[in-house]
Amino acid sequence: MDIDWSQVFNIASLLKCFFVGGLICIIGQILIDKTKLTPAKILVTFVTIGTILGGLGIYQYLVDFAGAGATVPLTGFGYNLAKGAIENVQTSGLIGAFTGGVKAAAGGIAAAVFFGYLASLISKPKMKKQ
Amino acid sequence: MEPLETKQAYQEYVDKKSPNSPIWKNCFNAFWVGGLICTIGQIILNICKQRGFDTATSGTIVSIILIGISAFLTGLNIFNKIGKFAGAGSLIPITGFANSIVSPAMEYKSEGYVMGVGGKMFTVAGPVLVFGISASILVGIIYLIFNTQSITLV
Repeated sequence: MDIDWSQVFNIASLLKCFFVGGLICIIGQILIDKTKLTPAKILVTFVTIGTILGGLGIYQYLVDFAGAGATVPLTGFGYNLAKGAIENVQTSGLIGAFTGGVKAAAGGIAAAVFFGYLASLISKPKMKKQ
Repeated sequence: MEPLETKQAYQEYVDKKSPNSPIWKNCFNAFWVGGLICTIGQIILNICKQRGFDTATSGTIVSIILIGISAFLTGLNIFNKIGKFAGAGSLIPITGFANSIVSPAMEYKSEGYVMGVGGKMFTVAGPVLVFGISASILVGIIYLIFNTQSITLV
């Protein structure tokens, strides 16, 4: 199948994506600089906020507007979990609440586990400076 | 210079002398690096859509590619250099999730491949998954009870 490169490098969509993604990162940077939250807690906060906003249906607007600018940050990971849970509740009821989230995020989680383990195997532990 | 009498005066003196934390510079770097990572994701997403994948599958492909790249960049010690420069710019995108898995695993490699690498991988990613998945289950149950997504919004 031929790829229409003018659609791939659609400037309007890339700019929207760049600005929204950048702004979400600025929020994270302000949290790092102005609060005593550790990076781990910031990651947890972003995923949880994304899940809540996704559950309320607010994050969907941001995804429609910015595409990957909203889905690539960790809030998008949370949004994906919430969206999967809701869609599976619609099709299979209560059990969908338990299967849906992980089902939707399965690719990302599995890739993170697999590539994470592989990358750790090939890495050389950094020597501590004396 | 006069000796500083009170604790408060000393604190003011310290505040005046210590350099301002370069928050504007940090935010600027976080903005453009984070934006750039998202833009790379958008380009991959557009290519996937052109190839005829649906939105959900395209999003998964983007996540897998970005996670794979950043995991290996972390293993090669390149990612922490980007991270030092960009701060949240590389932490908040899904790349930071991959980085948070590989960094502790590398550090504890000497403790063995099962409990060292396999166990410490989830030092940071574990809580992320615990809270993310738990929240999504709650969202699903709440949706089941009220059967509406934007109950408070409309």
